[in-house]
Amino acid sequence: MANTDALRVPVVARPADDPSIALRLQRIWETRAGWIGALASVDHKSIGKRYLVTSFAFLILGGLEAAVMRLQLAQPNQALLTPEQYNQLFTMHGVTMIFLYALPVLSGFSNFLWPLLLGSRDMAFPRLNAFSYWVFLFSGIFLYASFPVGRAPDAGWFNYVPYSSLAYNPGINIDLYALGMVLLGVSTTVGSINFIVTLIRTRAPGMSINRVPILVWGTLTASVGNIFAVPAVSLAFFMLWMDRRFGMHFFDVTGGGQPLLWQHLFWMFGHPWVYAIVLPAMGIVSDGLPTFCRRPLVGYTAVALATVTTMVLGFGVWVHHMFATGLPPLSLSFFSAASFVIVIPSAVGVFAWLATIWTGRPQFTTPFLFFAGFVIVFVIGGVSGFMTAAVPVDVQLTDTYFVVAHLHYVLIGINVFPVVGGIHYWFPKFTGRLMNERLGKWTFWIMFIGFNVGFFPMHILGVLGMPRRVYTYSDGLGWSTLNLVITLGAYLFAFGVLLFLINVWRSLRQGERAGANPWNGPSLEWATASPPPPYNFAVIPTVGSRYPLWESQMTGQTGESTTAEGFLLDDGRETIGTSVLDAVPDVILRMPGDSLAPLLLSIALVVLFIGMLVQSWWLFGAALAASLLATIAWLWPEARLGQTMDIAHE
Amino acid sequence: MKPMTSSRVAAAAALCGAPLLADAEPAMSYLHTFGPAGDPATRLGWGLAIISIVVVVVITVLLLAAALRRRLPSADPRALAVHRDEGGMPWLYIGVGVSTVVLVGCAVWTMFTVAAVAMPTQTVLTLQVTAAQWWWSVRYESSEPDRIFTIANEIHIPVGRPVRIELASQDVIHSFWIPQLAGKMDVIPGQTNVTWLQADQPGTYRGQCGEYCGAQHAHMAMYVVADTPQDYAIWVRDQLRDAAAPASEAARLGEQAFTAHCAACHAVRGTDAGGILGPDLTHLMSRHTIAAGLLPNTPGNLAAWIADSQALKPGSRMPALALSGRDLSATLTYLQTLH
Repeated sequence: MANTDALRVPVVARPADDPSIALRLQRIWETRAGWIGALASVDHKSIGKRYLVTSFAFLILGGLEAAVMRLQLAQPNQALLTPEQYNQLFTMHGVTMIFLYALPVLSGFSNFLWPLLLGSRDMAFPRLNAFSYWVFLFSGIFLYASFPVGRAPDAGWFNYVPYSSLAYNPGINIDLYALGMVLLGVSTTVGSINFIVTLIRTRAPGMSINRVPILVWGTLTASVGNIFAVPAVSLAFFMLWMDRRFGMHFFDVTGGGQPLLWQHLFWMFGHPWVYAIVLPAMGIVSDGLPTFCRRPLVGYTAVALATVTTMVLGFGVWVHHMFATGLPPLSLSFFSAASFVIVIPSAVGVFAWLATIWTGRPQFTTPFLFFAGFVIVFVIGGVSGFMTAAVPVDVQLTDTYFVVAHLHYVLIGINVFPVVGGIHYWFPKFTGRLMNERLGKWTFWIMFIGFNVGFFPMHILGVLGMPRRVYTYSDGLGWSTLNLVITLGAYLFAFGVLLFLINVWRSLRQGERAGANPWNGPSLEWATASPPPPYNFAVIPTVGSRYPLWESQMTGQTGESTTAEGFLLDDGRETIGTSVLDAVPDVILRMPGDSLAPLLLSIALVVLFIGMLVQSWWLFGAALAASLLATIAWLWPEARLGQTMDIAHE
Repeated sequence: MKPMTSSRVAAAAALCGAPLLADAEPAMSYLHTFGPAGDPATRLGWGLAIISIVVVVVITVLLLAAALRRRLPSADPRALAVHRDEGGMPWLYIGVGVSTVVLVGCAVWTMFTVAAVAMPTQTVLTLQVTAAQWWWSVRYESSEPDRIFTIANEIHIPVGRPVRIELASQDVIHSFWIPQLAGKMDVIPGQTNVTWLQADQPGTYRGQCGEYCGAQHAHMAMYVVADTPQDYAIWVRDQLRDAAAPASEAARLGEQAFTAHCAACHAVRGTDAGGILGPDLTHLMSRHTIAAGLLPNTPGNLAAWIADSQALKPGSRMPALALSGRDLSATLTYLQTLH
């Protein structure tokens, strides 16, 4: 290869004229058959599907935990569970849903969809992408290993000190939680970096920043948020582990530490995280709804900016989780006002969706039902959040079932409904087959009714004074009937989820075959085959508008998007790098091939954490050495990638 | 127990469509509060709840109308045509504009309410409340040392007077919460949080720990009894007395058994029992419940609690004592003299 390779001008081709292009690209991009090939794969579509399947497995685990708890609470004074068992279950339910389901499932969508939406061939850092998945999987297993070792974390997902300190919680369970969270933070951080760079660098030519889909805005915002938020919680958990195992006093009152420091660090992370696990899901709705309303989203710019604004404000409201901790009224007032203000960008989204439906021509498909149902649930979760923004009201509502209602309306309403709708929507792209519509509609109605029957009464239960996190309650406080209704509703909701899983299972085998664009959708992922070939697009598309596939259908629409002709880039794995704002092509990006190094590094890393957990320093040292070796193997220069050449800087 | 004439309660029953509230307002419900530390917040809460319900109803109606008004059968060729991006922006301008005005209004109302529920400068009484896993110790402060006394899990206050509450924790974080009188205040080790209560009507108000604190967080209740000034004065006088010496032989044996088995943790003023790890039992029989609100204070429950506390409240710091039958009944006899 010559030095000029780096300066080469990419060939422009028309794949329709040359059938050999597809074959050649297939050979370059396909994952080798067999399980070694699968373990080494860096294909964003495989990784995305793995994220989706794994996070749904955790959703089911968390759901089973909830199902047992709801049996315990169905009647007063039951003894199905001991207090200790109940406390482990509610803790692991929260940990599972918030950390092992809610964000990873959205990472699954984004991993699968981003390069397709952006007209690229893979994420910016494919190996980092694989690494991010493996670390997520292993940290989930690490956290769940607490059950077989005899005791799961039992101090709540919020894990307040001093209850989680060694004095009150001497078991290994809290160490598992602390170290597991630090490990998971590695996955989240590298995943976020990957999304950010992918957005900045690998959009198709012409896809300027004001043409990217809202899902991309949502995931980008969440990723930037995570970069700032995750260090706070990783630090907090690491400090807790040091307190517990090395006699530090960060949180220990007797040594001059501060229990409230934990709460500040945790919620500085925790509140932005809440937005990180809803903004991409709101993006799914903003992108899906227009397809079924047959018109572009109303107020694209406003919705995109509201997404970003929500996250920026989201860093200024963490104290509303701490209104009852005795902080001075002035700071409470500030955070209270900020919590009211953050409702405004959410209102932008709601009215944009309403206007899109109103001015469009809605088609009542299953995804539409989920997206439209989401709007109602979103509003209920929003107004209950608005009530807790008022300090004097919140000090009554906080730590009651009202907040349990609120957070489930937010997390199930704003995450699960769009996710299930999104899976119905993109299932043909994931698998090449459509999901069954009839079963899908049954799924929606059962989930929607079950959800509201199961969670709405929790608002009333909260104002009737039932505290959260109690393993049982007395009769005669007015809580018994509502709790029974809640349990029945929760089981109906679970039945809806079961129907959904059955539909997925059946559709994988018998679903109607889908063409490239079964919904007549507007964005680039619908321009390629279902499921897409390993190289995504035979040539890099050119984008001329926000809705490239609708250009020919909308009167008066200008735009010159094309997927028929573009950069070929077939000298090994390559994609085009473009400029940040206007997406002008400026570099050929050479992409790394499949490798076992990300998996090996993840294994070394999890062994390193096991070494820390059991305080076996030789194991820690060996794992550290192994992880260095895996990193060297990962980064070993490859001629294929142009990493061994001397490039003249002229 | 308390008057239920409030029109708000009726409104609540109507809104929630619930026969649940029909008979009596449940003890922990703060749909209606009974003192100035809670009332302004309750009014604000109702205001925000009504705004919330209106918003949900309006949005739901608009959504249904939007979805149904131009629906076409999917067979109709017009159904799939793509429309241009026009119209719709007034929805954002009006919707977001109205939302912003309402939100700012609510924020201002909130600030006024924060000021309204702030602690008055003058209080008549200061209580030092210490939370522990899983019970409450309450010390009545006084400038005269012989008027200081300690009780557990049941607080008496004079009706209509502001009471200052200073909160300390013996172990982990708890939260002090008497919903019908005021919102929560967390009890955090290493700092003294201060809150206040005032009951405008005589009655018994239930409270419960509001922050997850471990195995028996569910059973960490307490009661606040608001007495008329006369009743309160009598109650204080009674509490200040030391325990009466046992009058009967059985009670005297019981005192011995109590001192042998229970005094390491429990105190009874006027005797050798001076433990501080568990509730002060000097006037145990004046309380309505035992084990932090878990059970009504009856001889049967008391016996069951002493015989096997772990069965009733698993994880409780009250150990299984394995008293002989004789010691158990003697102790019980003695405890019942502690009026």
